[in-house]
Amino acid sequence: MTGAQILIECLKREGVDVMFGYPGGVVLPIFDVLYDAKLKFILTRHEQGAAHAADGYARATGKVGVCLSTSGPGATNLVTGIANAYMDSIPMVAITGQVKTNLIGNDAFQESDVTGITRPVTKHNYLVKDIKDLARTIREAFYIASTGRPGPVVIDLPVDVQTSKTEFIWPEEIRIRSYQPTLEGHPGQIKKAAKMIEKAKKPILYVGGGVISSGASEQLKALAEKNQLPVTTTFMGIGAFPGEHALCLGMLGMHGTAYANHAIMDSDLIIAVGARFDDRVTGRIDAFAPGAKIIHIDIDPTSISKNIRVDVPIVGDAKEVLRDLIGYIKKSPDTKMWLGQIEKWRKEFPLSYKHDDKLRPQFVIEKIRELTGGDAIIATEVGQNQMWSCLFYQHNQPRTWISSGGLGTMGFGLPAAIGAQIGRPEKVVFDIAGDGSIQMNIQELATAVFNKLPVKIAILNNGYLGMVRQWQELFYKKRYSATPLQNPDFVKLAEAYGAKGLRVTTKEGVVPALKEALATDNVVMIDFVVEPEENVFPMVPAGEALNRMLGGMA
Amino acid sequence: MKHTISILVENKFGVLARVAGLFSARGYNIDSLTVSETQDSTISRMTVVVNAEDEKILEQIKKQLNKLIDVITVIDFTKKEYIERELIFVKIAVDKSDLARLKKIAAKAKADILEKKEDFCIIELVADRDHINNFLGQLKDFKLVELVRSGRIAIAK
Repeated sequence: MTGAQILIECLKREGVDVMFGYPGGVVLPIFDVLYDAKLKFILTRHEQGAAHAADGYARATGKVGVCLSTSGPGATNLVTGIANAYMDSIPMVAITGQVKTNLIGNDAFQESDVTGITRPVTKHNYLVKDIKDLARTIREAFYIASTGRPGPVVIDLPVDVQTSKTEFIWPEEIRIRSYQPTLEGHPGQIKKAAKMIEKAKKPILYVGGGVISSGASEQLKALAEKNQLPVTTTFMGIGAFPGEHALCLGMLGMHGTAYANHAIMDSDLIIAVGARFDDRVTGRIDAFAPGAKIIHIDIDPTSISKNIRVDVPIVGDAKEVLRDLIGYIKKSPDTKMWLGQIEKWRKEFPLSYKHDDKLRPQFVIEKIRELTGGDAIIATEVGQNQMWSCLFYQHNQPRTWISSGGLGTMGFGLPAAIGAQIGRPEKVVFDIAGDGSIQMNIQELATAVFNKLPVKIAILNNGYLGMVRQWQELFYKKRYSATPLQNPDFVKLAEAYGAKGLRVTTKEGVVPALKEALATDNVVMIDFVVEPEENVFPMVPAGEALNRMLGGMA
Repeated sequence: MKHTISILVENKFGVLARVAGLFSARGYNIDSLTVSETQDSTISRMTVVVNAEDEKILEQIKKQLNKLIDVITVIDFTKKEYIERELIFVKIAVDKSDLARLKKIAAKAKADILEKKEDFCIIELVADRDHINNFLGQLKDFKLVELVRSGRIAIAK
């Protein structure tokens, strides 16, 4: 078989049914094989879109997302998408074409050092120089991407390796001597954690994306309910625990709910699961949760004691560790008083916004939630649109929240929504966008329309790069430098791409437009012209302690 | 504080770049680095001397190294009994009048004079860091033309 045939055969055997990408000179042999292959190929309109679509697909399905590009600019265009997946620990395999092996290093046409460029933003990467290594490399790439702490793996494939021939041997077993993730937690450590939970007076579960990638939502719910432990999630952990659950405090951190932040700051025991104490969560690190002992469960040892000193580290897979932990807790702690205190905070500092006759972005998101029963997949762009989405769309299911966390990539939402819609065709998929970020990958409207992927795009159009404007308002004396936007006519733009375009300028218009969108079996882009200077509150200014929130409530 | 770390890695191209990249991306300082094959030709050993301000940073460095897919084992010599050596070549400009004195210093330090020419000589010394620094201190009065110093290698006792 040729290298290109081996590649496609391996992808099939890995269970890949769709990939996203863009053709070019040095990947022609692969595209020629794809022409006859029973493998869905989605042509995006930009390689960045392909990487984000593969990422969105992976988040929505839990499977490895696959993208493909040519060498040089094709590969460099993937890089933002790869970095995005890396920061959020998303399993992805990115295949890039490369110039002929004998030209590598010669500054050949469309050559770039892809393994060099992607090294800091991948879990691992490969340059395959010998066709005999190809099948094993692909197998390893999928194994590495999807196990341990997941992440993107790049395979750089020179064109002459694609065209040369060898006997195809499928490596049934894969064993990498230098890579063996720890799955089971240390029983002694878990017992210690169980004892601490039994004795805690003000415990709190702080859960992140690790719970979702491990598929540990059931175990988390059992642990929380059985022991009456309140739960706050990170941005990446949204959906890991039902948003409407009485024990759920929503998100914590810079734009977290006031009650989640008060609860974590005042707690005496933090049980961190699959979360990494990043700066947006902890605020000022030396002021973070001063009275709390910390149990930290994570599959990645480097996440433990990186930012914050941990009392009981447990390296292992969240699902297995939580299952064991539940078994070791003999007596549930008495958290009645503590939950009462949290309820007081919830009443005192509710999540709110001004209810008047103006069209406010939070209202739009509340209505999207109402009309979809909290059951839609919500992708977002980055900025205010994203923060309002995490606060006002309470997700009940894991893998329904598709948003760029660690890297904060504007332009992620639309292609990611496309990937999610392909992975979950039965679901309603929304991209909640800002008028700034939607324009960063607007070309993917074509991908959605021509592949009949009926994603709904809700643009919260405030005529600004809203989050930057908010910071300028609060910290730069309202000097709105480079943040006011002049926008195209989004309705006409949607129509030009063959999508449906709607515009809403009043509160009354929101529900009818959303209903029309949901009843339309096509891409619909709704331009919600909202209050221009609405801010995301609560907010902890960067570098401040978590309980020093700017309120700004109605 | 300086720490000596030995890293066993897959003997493949690009591994050195991964390790070096990790240090630069995370802002850790490498004092010295020595790389070569081990008795098993599929495995290379990197001996790195790092300057870590505290235990926490050292722990992070070790964990981050272990996280690299091509890293097989990380050995930290900090709390171990071990032997360490570095190698130096020094080229020194000398005339006849100085030579006797230089020979004496070299002999005392167990350094070898490898080359003797009209106006210079080349000395080799294999020793631990302190001994080498001490030796170099004694050469202060001479005209040092060139100093070539290797990274450290270390082995546990």
